[in-house]
Amino acid sequence: MKISEESRAGWYFSGIVILAYIIVGIFKPAALTASFQFLWSIIKKIIPIFILIFVLMVLVNYFVKPKKLVKYFGKKSGVFSWPVAIITGIISTGPIYLWYPLLNELQKHGVRNGLIAVFLYNRAIKIPLLPLFILYFGFVYVIILTFVMIIASIFNGIIVEKVMEVRK
Amino acid sequence: MQEDLKQAVTKAAKGLFKTLPILVGVVLLVSLANALIPKTVYKAVFRGSPLLDPLIGSTIGSILAGNPLTSYIIGGELLKQGVSLLAVTAFLVAWVTVGLVQLPAESILLGKRFAITRNIVSFIFAIIVAIVTVAITGWIT
Repeated sequence: MKISEESRAGWYFSGIVILAYIIVGIFKPAALTASFQFLWSIIKKIIPIFILIFVLMVLVNYFVKPKKLVKYFGKKSGVFSWPVAIITGIISTGPIYLWYPLLNELQKHGVRNGLIAVFLYNRAIKIPLLPLFILYFGFVYVIILTFVMIIASIFNGIIVEKVMEVRK
Repeated sequence: MQEDLKQAVTKAAKGLFKTLPILVGVVLLVSLANALIPKTVYKAVFRGSPLLDPLIGSTIGSILAGNPLTSYIIGGELLKQGVSLLAVTAFLVAWVTVGLVQLPAESILLGKRFAITRNIVSFIFAIIVAIVTVAITGWIT
């Protein structure tokens, strides 16, 4: 399997952290024991959710095709385009920088900057990760935060668009 | 159809595999930091000020980057250390909406003006979203 730059950097990062563990183990073994106890408690929490996330990612990849999303960002999409930008932002997967080339193409074709900003803002809402988010922060809080962020994304898009127009 | 499903599984597996080393590193680091860093350190960064703490949270969230899962873990731990929900919310929102690490790529592909404007607006919005969310949560619960 080809290892990406991001993945390689991740392995380097993990390697450095493991090295830190070895150093701590030599000079402060008690801290290492406490650290492993804490680590085990986190792992127990994460593993079932990690499996759930994998299943949800498979479902999203299976049902959502990026090419089909492109047409909904067209210039003539009108008011309807805002909820479309919100929904596509929420359901889009993968690293954010992978979407920049597509958004750049859409921007060149006259797609509104506000819609691109809304799309990028709503990428922050990750449905597959919501179970873990709820586990840490509670159902009510997560639902309210998600709702507030969706509303905020519209204002975010409008402001970005206005600022871009003023500066032209 | 079976081929599509196979592709979806492969893509999901690759996506998780790519983030796995980062996640493992972060979980290990959080565990080590929890054992080594005294709880008083967090209080030194977050002053308990309802005005300053969301700003600090938003700033830290903007600088740090990575999978949202990581921010949930750090945010959850910050809450346990006694940091306010307002500051933690600003931190969580800035983590996923402001991207200083991605800023060069965003500037190149979507324009410098767009990237800088969007990130500044998102930084401010992280604080506003935190205030509104905490206020509504407090009102409901």
